[in-house]
Amino acid sequence: MPKNNNIKKVLVIGSGPIIIGQAAEFDYSGTQALRALREEGIQTILINSNPATIMTDKEVADKVYLEPLTKEFVKKVVIKEKPDAVLPTLGGQTALNLALSLEQDGFLSKEKVTLLGVNLETIEKAEDRQQFKQLMQEIGEPVPESQTINSLDQALDFKEKIGLPLIIRPAFTLGGTGGGIAETEEEFKRIVKSGLDNSPITQCLIEKSIKGYKEIEYEVVRDAHDNCIIVCNMENFDPVGVHTGDSIVVAPSQTLSDRDHQMLRDASLKMVRALKIQGGCNVQLALDPHSYQYYVIEVNPRVSRSSALASKATGYPIAQVATKIAIGYTMDEIINPITKNTYACFEPSLDYVVLKIPRWPFDKFHSADRTLGTQMKATGEVMGIGRNFEEALLKSVRGLEIKRFHLELDHSEQISTKELLTKITNPTDERLFEVSELIRRNINIHDIHEATKIDLWFLQKIENIIKLEKKLEVQELDRELLLELKRNGFSDYFIATKKDTDELSIRKLRQEHQITPVFKMVDTCAAEFESQTPYYYSSYEMENEVLLQDQESVLVLGSGPIRIGQGVEFDYATVHAIKAIKELGKKAIVINNNPETVSTDFNVSDSLYFEAVTFEDVMNVVEQEKPIGVICQFGGQTAINLIDQLDQAGVNILGTNFDSTDLAENRDRFEKALKELDIAQPIGTTVTNTQEALKTANELGFPLMLRPSYVIGGQAMQIVYDQEELTEYMNFAMNVWPGQPVLMDRYMIGVEVEVDAICDGDTVFIPGIMEHIERSGVHSGDSFAVYPPQNLSEKLKQDLIETTIKIAQHFKVKGLINLQFIIKKGKVYVLEVNPRASRTVPFLSKVTSVPMAKAATKAILGVSLKEQGFSTGMQAEEKIVSIKAPVFSFSKLKDVDSALGPEMKSTGEAMGRDITIQKALNKAFTSAGIHFPKLGTILVTIADKHKEETLPMLKRFHQCGFKFLATKGTAELLRENSLPVQEVQKIGRADRDLLSEIKDGNVQLIINTITRGKNVESDGFKMHRAAVENGVVCMTSLDTTQALLEAIEINSLGVNTL
Amino acid sequence: MNKVYLYLEDGNYFEAESFGAIAHTPILSEIVFNTSMQGYQEIISDPSYCDQSIVMTYPLIGNYGTNQDDSESITPYLKALIVNEYCDSPSNFRSRQSIAQFLISHNIVGIHRLDTRMLTKLIRQKGTMKSLISTTPLTGEEIQTHLKNKLSENQIEKVSTKAISHFPANRGKRIVLIDFGYKKNILESLLKRGCDVIVVPFNTSFEKIKSFNPQGILLSNGPGDPKSIQEVIPTIQKLQESYPLFSICMGHQIFALANGANTIKMKFGHRGGNHPVTDFENKRVYITSQNHGYCVDENSLANTPLKITQVNLNDKTIEGLRHTSRPAFSVQYHPEANPGPNDTKFLFDQFMQLVAEGKNA
Repeated sequence: MPKNNNIKKVLVIGSGPIIIGQAAEFDYSGTQALRALREEGIQTILINSNPATIMTDKEVADKVYLEPLTKEFVKKVVIKEKPDAVLPTLGGQTALNLALSLEQDGFLSKEKVTLLGVNLETIEKAEDRQQFKQLMQEIGEPVPESQTINSLDQALDFKEKIGLPLIIRPAFTLGGTGGGIAETEEEFKRIVKSGLDNSPITQCLIEKSIKGYKEIEYEVVRDAHDNCIIVCNMENFDPVGVHTGDSIVVAPSQTLSDRDHQMLRDASLKMVRALKIQGGCNVQLALDPHSYQYYVIEVNPRVSRSSALASKATGYPIAQVATKIAIGYTMDEIINPITKNTYACFEPSLDYVVLKIPRWPFDKFHSADRTLGTQMKATGEVMGIGRNFEEALLKSVRGLEIKRFHLELDHSEQISTKELLTKITNPTDERLFEVSELIRRNINIHDIHEATKIDLWFLQKIENIIKLEKKLEVQELDRELLLELKRNGFSDYFIATKKDTDELSIRKLRQEHQITPVFKMVDTCAAEFESQTPYYYSSYEMENEVLLQDQESVLVLGSGPIRIGQGVEFDYATVHAIKAIKELGKKAIVINNNPETVSTDFNVSDSLYFEAVTFEDVMNVVEQEKPIGVICQFGGQTAINLIDQLDQAGVNILGTNFDSTDLAENRDRFEKALKELDIAQPIGTTVTNTQEALKTANELGFPLMLRPSYVIGGQAMQIVYDQEELTEYMNFAMNVWPGQPVLMDRYMIGVEVEVDAICDGDTVFIPGIMEHIERSGVHSGDSFAVYPPQNLSEKLKQDLIETTIKIAQHFKVKGLINLQFIIKKGKVYVLEVNPRASRTVPFLSKVTSVPMAKAATKAILGVSLKEQGFSTGMQAEEKIVSIKAPVFSFSKLKDVDSALGPEMKSTGEAMGRDITIQKALNKAFTSAGIHFPKLGTILVTIADKHKEETLPMLKRFHQCGFKFLATKGTAELLRENSLPVQEVQKIGRADRDLLSEIKDGNVQLIINTITRGKNVESDGFKMHRAAVENGVVCMTSLDTTQALLEAIEINSLGVNTL
Repeated sequence: MNKVYLYLEDGNYFEAESFGAIAHTPILSEIVFNTSMQGYQEIISDPSYCDQSIVMTYPLIGNYGTNQDDSESITPYLKALIVNEYCDSPSNFRSRQSIAQFLISHNIVGIHRLDTRMLTKLIRQKGTMKSLISTTPLTGEEIQTHLKNKLSENQIEKVSTKAISHFPANRGKRIVLIDFGYKKNILESLLKRGCDVIVVPFNTSFEKIKSFNPQGILLSNGPGDPKSIQEVIPTIQKLQESYPLFSICMGHQIFALANGANTIKMKFGHRGGNHPVTDFENKRVYITSQNHGYCVDENSLANTPLKITQVNLNDKTIEGLRHTSRPAFSVQYHPEANPGPNDTKFLFDQFMQLVAEGKNA
């Protein structure tokens, strides 16, 4: 069926800010969808609130609405643009839910807008547990037996029928409180009782436990002709019980026979046909390792994270094909864009192994519960491609950026085998390494299998690696062993540590032995057809498939997995760098290992190397492609950290060089430089041990800001108020970053300002200045940033501009530079200089219409800023106010305090843009998913030092229609000021305390500024968690509170007497 | 670790290691590749691979072992299995033997640790060719001498049953399955539909077949060149006049020859489980399991009573034929699957429909 010609204009709904469970994969799928629509001459309209994405670039869609993703705003866009259709299947659950509610409203049909790719019935059948179960029963596909019970007797009856183990899920409790898995009769009775007690309606769902089954996924694509294909199947290393987003996943399946595979394939096709899905979808199944018995876990009727993974794993662009299907094409009419000579209606065949490992944020959230279960916790992922499992696994591990190059557990000598054996029964992010350590300690893999249910096949592969490791320890490193190690994915770095030498020596030895990797193509068809697409991975085989052209090339380093502090913003900059290189007529090569992103779309660069961004892997590409140089400044800290080594290895670093980078990051050099330039900075110094720290602290005076050098995202940055806290911090830092100096600054309270600039070594062009709403002390990534600044005098702006120019020139910056300032008493202090792309590049590029990363890349490649039409100074400010709001994922992470501080906690960002700051704030909060109340009760607990400042705000809140709940001290203050307040007890002081008020829904907003301490047991922590778990907005910064107040006020009509 | 050498007709050679049976004397065979990611046991035991060596493009083979259910024939006729890496410690609840043990027990040579992707690309670029596997390095002269030898041409004779066997259902339709090297699941697919099946040697006479009083005839898959058994054509011609006929793979090619069409050798054939086939009759595309090195020449169909019902979506080669006046049809691929997708199982039901309608349907 050819294209539906009635569709001339399509509205695509994006997925909004990045949160755990909904990340960069939707930038990838959305960007693909927009490209696919435009190829067909369809006019594209996009709504998405996330400025950090490629898809919200003006050049990606015909019209981009960077507006909040709410029904109201989507309706406004529909009314304004009158699209023929809406495409909601590529914007994650957010877009799907929005479309669903617009359809249910009757809005879409009233406006005569067609819903593409999915229909209401399909969504309901796939997403409503009951309807789904019913449909599965109709088509004879098994779902785990379950029953709703209201008494222990009913539960026991069900248990008799089904047998143990069983899962008990209490109804209407958050996070499954009171439930669990029962393996024995006794456990069963106990958990059912607790579940019934915990459930407000005394009800539990009892479900057959399929924990320990193999978890298998199928990526299915179906078109309007009912053609249905499997793009890829995937097997989870972690059996059922761990969310697939938190599982190590391998493609294709490894332990399924053709019969197993065909059985599950048939089941998947049957379900997708019954649901009448048109486009891409994901089917999750659980397979008994001991029989053909399987169960359907769920079907996602849309493109998902797994589809992005499957697309990158096979080369088959699911989002692109799904989009073409949505506008009427059938798969046999769509050309396979990788081979360019076959069709999209086929099933890819892989001739390599793909492995994905999630990247978790626990390095940032030390207090978080690291247990993996049904709630996803990872922020990102890496993928490794190898000719065998070992190679794919070790490539992924070293690409994770967790300072590990191998299957090694930190401080393993401190953990007993017994402890490890217990630990592996409870899956955490460390399980892979714990299992490896146990195998290293000669624990039988069958025992490990018993404890974890991880398939023996996977354990044997790890055992292979450990065996080789032991061989490496005892044998001479001859050619044969070295080749064997490399074939199995061992890094030079790890081999070097085992042989007491350095990475470069191993590299040299390899080259002497002529052991160098070749690059193979990912071609969707296992070489059956000729492929036209340079999408490569390395392996130690014979034939090299790289197609070299007689063209100057430039290698861009990607930013690896998405984690807190290094998000999709860096992929944005990477993609722009690639585009700029292409515009200059050079070949753009990229190396990256993040399967979710746009930069690893084979359509983006001229050559894609899907490899870990480590020295060894980058060097391999450099030696292969011989680029004129490598650009490191767009790939975040990942790439920046490689500059030194690459430089030493003689690689031409394009743009700001190692010396300049070091000047910015080396504390002593940096201080000297600023002194030379006569630029003020907060007083501070570098310390390397606790004793020195304590001594210096006395000189500087508390409070102090501490951070390790060479980290991004404020990792481990902390404000300490006394010697005890300082000692604690130093002990921690010395342990985690041994030998690394710690930066110690006097903590200055003031307005934070951020500037991004482009410099070609001569001209320094500043697109704009951003003012943070939160004072210093809150990490810049967690702050609301306002462009243009609203409270800076012309003189201050001039100071900022001049300082920026001075620094950029003195630091010999070539490319992008980011500066962070504090303004105190009318004076500008430089806090930080980052001679690289920053988190704010996409935001600032969009709001100022300056393609910063592109301009910087061109400058790096020799096109001066002048030639590009830029001159030294700042671009005239826009009138419209744009605000970048941080977005958090606290609801996904247990035991993490939501209080803001110097360490970054947000996972994404959203934007609000309007003619006044108040309107922009209102939209920014809305975009960030903060549903602020219009009236109600505010729970106030504020530190004494903040009381004076808070009082006027509370009065204004009261004018808007709010009353207050407060603990004793604050309540007195409110009463004295004639504000209506009800006193509430501190936590644990009475039967009813402030926690019960939050839980019972009596609180609509919390203002709490007593947040010191990271202790999980502290009152502040408990209150913040209660807020997160009950969906109550909680403000821990008075500045954000002020902003929220202003946003509320513009919508609030007051009541006054005559 | 036993070294093994693989020499190709085009002059390329690979050093590898041996697993499975040892090639005591140099083994000459036609080398082909298969892109299925699962189903190696079915592939090894498919008689259509008689006297060939297969390169598996998926690098890890043997992961789930071998078992008692998945063989498509009792005796595999494969010469050698060529893989990137074989797995000696399989994991699957049905596994009984590792792939290495399986090959040893069937005297099939296994070779591994070579760049199978490179090898696949050579076959794709230069076409199916002769190959030589030896456990000792051979001189150029030795290689040439061996490679000059002809490949076997009587594979069907080799693999076809010598005796007639009856799988009595004592009810259902009686089908005669003509064995050119049938895969077990073709028989199973008939038995599953309640048929009473008589399997006969490929060269069984029309009269003999008639004597069984069949209600339908199925021409099976099989190895090699269909023209190597021209002698069966008159029998097939008579059979299609008298009975509903369904032909698979080799059967499809013989059915075409019997109706005056021609078959040609393909460059490197179709072997794998992901081949898209367009069905003109209902505008659908199926994902099919394939294994063939010859195909029906489209240009030879002009004056035949055959009409093209299906073609390969990618290279447009003929995948399905239907007789314009007789209840007879054929497909080039394997609707019985094993290995591969079950998308086209319904063809057996269509055949049953024809059988039910009788010879004049």
